[in-house]
Amino acid sequence: MSLDINIKITDRNGVIHEVVAPTDMAMNLMEIVRSYELAEEGTIGICGGMAMCASCQCYVNSEHKLPEMTDDEDAMLAEAFHVQDNSRLGCQIQMTSEMDGLEVELAPEI
Amino acid sequence: MITTDILIIGAGPTGLFTVFEAGLLKLKCHLIDALPQPGGQCSEIYPKKPIYDIPAYPEILAGDLTHKLIEQSKQFKPGFTLGERAETIDKQEDGTFIVTTNKGTKHHAKIVAIAGGLGSFEPRKPLISNIQKFEDKGVEYIIKEPELYRDKKVVISGGGDSALDWAVFLSNIASEVTLIHRRNEFRGALDSVEKVQELKNLGKIRLITPAEVKGILGTDKVTGVAVQKEGEDAFIVDADHFIPLFGLSPKLGPIGNWGLEIEKNAIKVNNALDYQTNIPGVYAIGDVNTYPGKLKLILCGFHEATLMCQSAYKRIFPDKKYVMKYTTVGGVDGFDGTRKEAPKAVVKAIQ
Repeated sequence: MSLDINIKITDRNGVIHEVVAPTDMAMNLMEIVRSYELAEEGTIGICGGMAMCASCQCYVNSEHKLPEMTDDEDAMLAEAFHVQDNSRLGCQIQMTSEMDGLEVELAPEI
Repeated sequence: MITTDILIIGAGPTGLFTVFEAGLLKLKCHLIDALPQPGGQCSEIYPKKPIYDIPAYPEILAGDLTHKLIEQSKQFKPGFTLGERAETIDKQEDGTFIVTTNKGTKHHAKIVAIAGGLGSFEPRKPLISNIQKFEDKGVEYIIKEPELYRDKKVVISGGGDSALDWAVFLSNIASEVTLIHRRNEFRGALDSVEKVQELKNLGKIRLITPAEVKGILGTDKVTGVAVQKEGEDAFIVDADHFIPLFGLSPKLGPIGNWGLEIEKNAIKVNNALDYQTNIPGVYAIGDVNTYPGKLKLILCGFHEATLMCQSAYKRIFPDKKYVMKYTTVGGVDGFDGTRKEAPKAVVKAIQ
């Protein structure tokens, strides 16, 4: 069984990228975006993945069952800008086989 | 004018450790930081979070790491300009530099070491189209002088500790305090949340949730804000001051205009040698720099700081001979007159 999954990411310029993400490296969506350099360094993952900055906010456009929001993520989104009903922090979405086919759009830079 | 050997911009872990390494070479350091306290991200963003990859510390809290770095550098008596942002740099004819902060404090140094991390922390501004027009005319992102709000009508927005704490504090000073947050829940220390609840019950704080400030009213200065609850029409809350408190986010800021080569929001340096930038005498160390294979790790910043100091020494004293000495062998002589050294063995006959 392949350990890779496919993810569709729309960057901040509206360009769609279909990328392959490993599920065996404990990576999250924010790190996938950084590894493919889909957002400029220094504009995403500023806090390093602690749900403390919202620079990795994204809109989830597919119907995947996502991990439940922690209080930290929920509170961060309560203070973030450009928030929509389908907003999540990329750093809180782990790359697992259940995320195969995930479609997300990066929120504007803050 | 503050004078020093090495002017360090950024008082995070890398900047603080630079003081120690420079001190071993008898070079004096001064640090500038936009935040009011040293420690950078470690003290501002995650002081209570553990770090596991500091050599010899299986686990250390970011706040504790900051304290230990300050303790380690103390003997070399660093100077601090805190709460000010390095704004401009002027190279002098003799090759030294004058760096001026946003508050006009001037620093004269032989070497400039930029250890600025992700940049200086700036308040995050809410997306209100005319907000800029009212900055310092009733809109303040940071509360500097609480007396400014005496007997005034104040609207605070935000849901974190600073929004809660200032709402509590200003409720004794301002004539009216309104706290607006997008959610019914607040994230903060239990004390602060309970205090706000108590003051709300007493009618000393007006709470509007879940709601957002959508617009600012006024001609020359703020006279009110337009507040909207979800699914309802906006209404106006009279206000002399609107204080949005949405935390801080780092921006490279003025350093980006210093003529340094920038790539990926970071400063390009020569990592084959000494972490010098394209401006001789200006170095960039820690998270603020970039080079092939760069890793933004505290431990890498320590290494970069150490090599940078050796290069700075050679630049300041081109003709002076020096070889690196182990602290275990040479001990450490502080600028405060202290001396640390390994205990000497005795030579004594045993009868």
